[in-house]
Amino acid sequence: MGTAADSKKEMLALDGKDPGTVRRKLLEKYPPKIARKRDKQIVVNRIEPDGTVPEIQSNVRTVPGLISQRGCCYAGCKGVVLGPTRDIINITHGPVGCGFYSWLTRRNQTDPEASPDGHNFMPYCFTTDMQEEQIIFGGEKKLRQAIQEAFDNFAPKAIAVFSTCPVGLIGDDVHAVCRDMKEKLGINVFGFSCEGYKGVSQSAGHHIANNGIFTHVIGTDDTVRAGEFKINLLGEYNIGGDAFEIERIFDACGLTLVSTFSGNSSIDQFANAHTADLNLIMCHRSINYVAEMMEKKFGLPWIKINFIGAQATAKSLRKIAQYFDDPKLTERVEAVIAAELPTVEMAAAQVRPRTEGKKVMLFVGGSRAHHYQELFSEMGMRTLSAGYEFAHRDDYEGRRVLPDIKVDADSRNIQELEVLPDADRYRPRIDECRAGELAAQGLQFSEYDGMMTEMVQGSLIIDDISHHETERMIAMFKPDLFCAGIKEKYVIQKHGIPLKQLHSYDYGGPYAGFKGAINFYEDIDRMVSSRIWGYLKAPWQKNPELTAKYAFE
Amino acid sequence: MLLRHTHPEIKPRSALTVNPAKTCQPIGAMYAALGIHGCLPHSHGSQGCYAYHRSALTRHYKEPVMAATSAFTEGASVFGGQANLLQAIDNIFTVYEPEVIAVHTTCLSETIGDDIPQIVSKARADGRIPEGKYVFHANTPSYVGSHVTGFANMTKAMVDYFAESNGRKNTTINVIPGYVEPADMTEVRRLASEMGIATIVFPDTANVLNSAMTGKYKMFPEGGVTIAQLKQSGSSRGTIALGTLASGSAGLAMDAKCKVPCQTLNLPIGLHDTDLFVDALHHMAGVNVPESIDLERGQLIDAITDWHQYLYGKRVGLVGDPDQLLSLSRFLTALDMRPVYIATGTPAGKKYEQSLRDTLAGIPDDVQVKVPGDMFLFHQWIKNEPVDLLIGNTYVKYIARDEDIPYVRFGFPILDRMGHSYFPSVGYRGALRLLEKILDALLDRKERDCSDIAFELVL
Repeated sequence: MGTAADSKKEMLALDGKDPGTVRRKLLEKYPPKIARKRDKQIVVNRIEPDGTVPEIQSNVRTVPGLISQRGCCYAGCKGVVLGPTRDIINITHGPVGCGFYSWLTRRNQTDPEASPDGHNFMPYCFTTDMQEEQIIFGGEKKLRQAIQEAFDNFAPKAIAVFSTCPVGLIGDDVHAVCRDMKEKLGINVFGFSCEGYKGVSQSAGHHIANNGIFTHVIGTDDTVRAGEFKINLLGEYNIGGDAFEIERIFDACGLTLVSTFSGNSSIDQFANAHTADLNLIMCHRSINYVAEMMEKKFGLPWIKINFIGAQATAKSLRKIAQYFDDPKLTERVEAVIAAELPTVEMAAAQVRPRTEGKKVMLFVGGSRAHHYQELFSEMGMRTLSAGYEFAHRDDYEGRRVLPDIKVDADSRNIQELEVLPDADRYRPRIDECRAGELAAQGLQFSEYDGMMTEMVQGSLIIDDISHHETERMIAMFKPDLFCAGIKEKYVIQKHGIPLKQLHSYDYGGPYAGFKGAINFYEDIDRMVSSRIWGYLKAPWQKNPELTAKYAFE
Repeated sequence: MLLRHTHPEIKPRSALTVNPAKTCQPIGAMYAALGIHGCLPHSHGSQGCYAYHRSALTRHYKEPVMAATSAFTEGASVFGGQANLLQAIDNIFTVYEPEVIAVHTTCLSETIGDDIPQIVSKARADGRIPEGKYVFHANTPSYVGSHVTGFANMTKAMVDYFAESNGRKNTTINVIPGYVEPADMTEVRRLASEMGIATIVFPDTANVLNSAMTGKYKMFPEGGVTIAQLKQSGSSRGTIALGTLASGSAGLAMDAKCKVPCQTLNLPIGLHDTDLFVDALHHMAGVNVPESIDLERGQLIDAITDWHQYLYGKRVGLVGDPDQLLSLSRFLTALDMRPVYIATGTPAGKKYEQSLRDTLAGIPDDVQVKVPGDMFLFHQWIKNEPVDLLIGNTYVKYIARDEDIPYVRFGFPILDRMGHSYFPSVGYRGALRLLEKILDALLDRKERDCSDIAFELVL
């Protein structure tokens, strides 16, 4: 590194601004202690010849009062991971709010007709609506009764219980209640200790959800379903129908999808997910634990894929074909890519005159801030700066840093399950020799290179960006588009800059796969080309002096 | 079917709430605090609370909703949140520079038992609160009451902390508008100013949660009651508290603290309750009601007579917040409609329930009222005997679609339509708007369902 061309690219990466100055401006208003902490969470990207990138502090406590984008452990567990499964009754054990706010507010679509029983509890909110009496005398009795009432009224095949903050404090043993009720009702009943204060963000909730599904559901049904090339799709939540588009592509390729964690999913699919032959990880942050545990217990390998972006979709499909190494499959995959890509490329070419060179910033989630850069680059847009809301160092720097990650007190409290190979059902799908061969051909198992390795040198990475830093970034760079969530949306737009929500897609989508890419190009084209941003000033505001002169004439 | 598991058979439930018709206290407190100029609401609890509240309010208003959090970790949950709140106060005043921080508690900090006044005095003693700036608080345990209770508690805290009497009464009237939209707050102020009455409206979210797009973001928008006004409110001639549940306690506190006499009225939704509001202003301020208001009232009556035939006898199901439900039922019965099913999640009390039942006494149908109840039960009533119209928040649209019933969005939250933050539903003009929405829903349905032969031009 260090050639003239490189430094030019680096200048371009931050719009010619000096990275040191930019960092100083982001931090100068903070009290010194806070500035020191935030300083470690803001880095200028450098990719060394060996592929390493600078260390970025992440998955650390949110600073009180700084106004972060983050939510809580419960949101990650109930809202993100378990929320999209249609046939589990999810009871929130706590005061009414947590259940209410997570009621239909993530746009996980589902198709109940895909299950024979047609169960769909997603439009419902179930809560124990805990009152002062339970805070004082304990809530187990009410929880037990609530589970009974859920069973009596709805006859579900599974009930899950999610603990909110006060439950942990008053010491309700939700797991004991669930065990009892499981025995009594004869259906699967399981609990999650996902109190909001655990961990430092939604991320802790993902981990707890992963542990719970793995312990209580995965592997409880050994039925081997018909079909070849069996895969699980992990970390795809069917926002705006993304999973439907991916399912369409899988069908076209002749792949058999055993389960998706957890978009458009049924608990039945989780139960025999271990019968598949390959796990595909979409959102590494929220679901990698399940993949690792399944590999240890059942021998399923996992690869990182990405269906956001047409080229990324094609690349991911080729990886799957490479793994199964079947000429028929490879041929079908290539045929699908050949049939789909030209339309997508045509759509990209149509928007490019208006999107080319536009600047974008993405601060969102634990994988989307990385994945969506693909779509923007397909439109010729430049990612100036990006960061995650709740990701860990491995999502930024790649899993190679896993051994170096310090586990702090907040993360240590989240249980790491001890997983051993299953005595009867452990079946390595490929041997080490073949894995090595595939690795040599570029198909990495259990590997994710992270966001930074794919971003240009000199771009700015900010973890858990605060409201203050967001405002400074806007003032310094005036991007053409900003990507974040609902809380940030109207703040940014008041600046006269469009914001694309990458949690809810602004109620559009799907954006995954080939058709999704076209939807995305069109939506972004509309947003960056909208006339409305040109109307902010009234005629008299644009030219006040002239008006005054006329008045005196 | 969306709510495909809702069956007509009503089984008793004592522990499981399904599809709640309420949410928790802190969001109401956050909303009220946004109605103070230059105020940053602060949630003393886990960061999930403020993330959820900000998201919910943002989805409802399509506006920036700023607030901060103490971001409790497991450690703070064990040892108490003092260190977190102190650090937050420091950071907020250093970085965001609000005039005032309004702290509300959560189920977490309430269960731990954090003493907010003690922490705030420590912050003051440590010099963390700049001269001339304020930190005040309301206790809002999520396991008591509902979002309406939280709104009421934060509004009362404004009185407890700021209202002061200078010993003389001026001609100003305090209006506590209740848990209503920014446009409603503007409308109650307009009605008073039409009568020539100076008011202090608190809280006041007008021009905070319906502010303009100018290309310049202001973290603290122009709107909101100022701290100076809140202080002066103790010297006002009187207080009108609109909505017993949301505003009653603040009005009483004002009377007790500053001897400002308070009249608590229903929310001025519909003809009669707007009449009561205008009449109360008339008597309290000792001013005549101008002809301009007579005109507004007359227009409302005129429109009701014009369209009465489409309203008469229609069965309506209502779900929402208690203050709104009471006034709305009174309005609907004035229109000769029949509010037959009414549910609120807020535990509004026996006295409230009785006033609701009194309002419905003349309805010949079998009337169902549940306080507190949930939307699942409400839906079951409809499964047993349908209604002609549904009025409620956005969640009601699932019932409306499943049962194919005309539906008017009204209440909190409205996540899928515009208008509620710009156009009032209080006052005579608000009543006209409600009437328009009800008629649109009923007549669109009539025309959708009627035969080609019966379809006609003029209605």
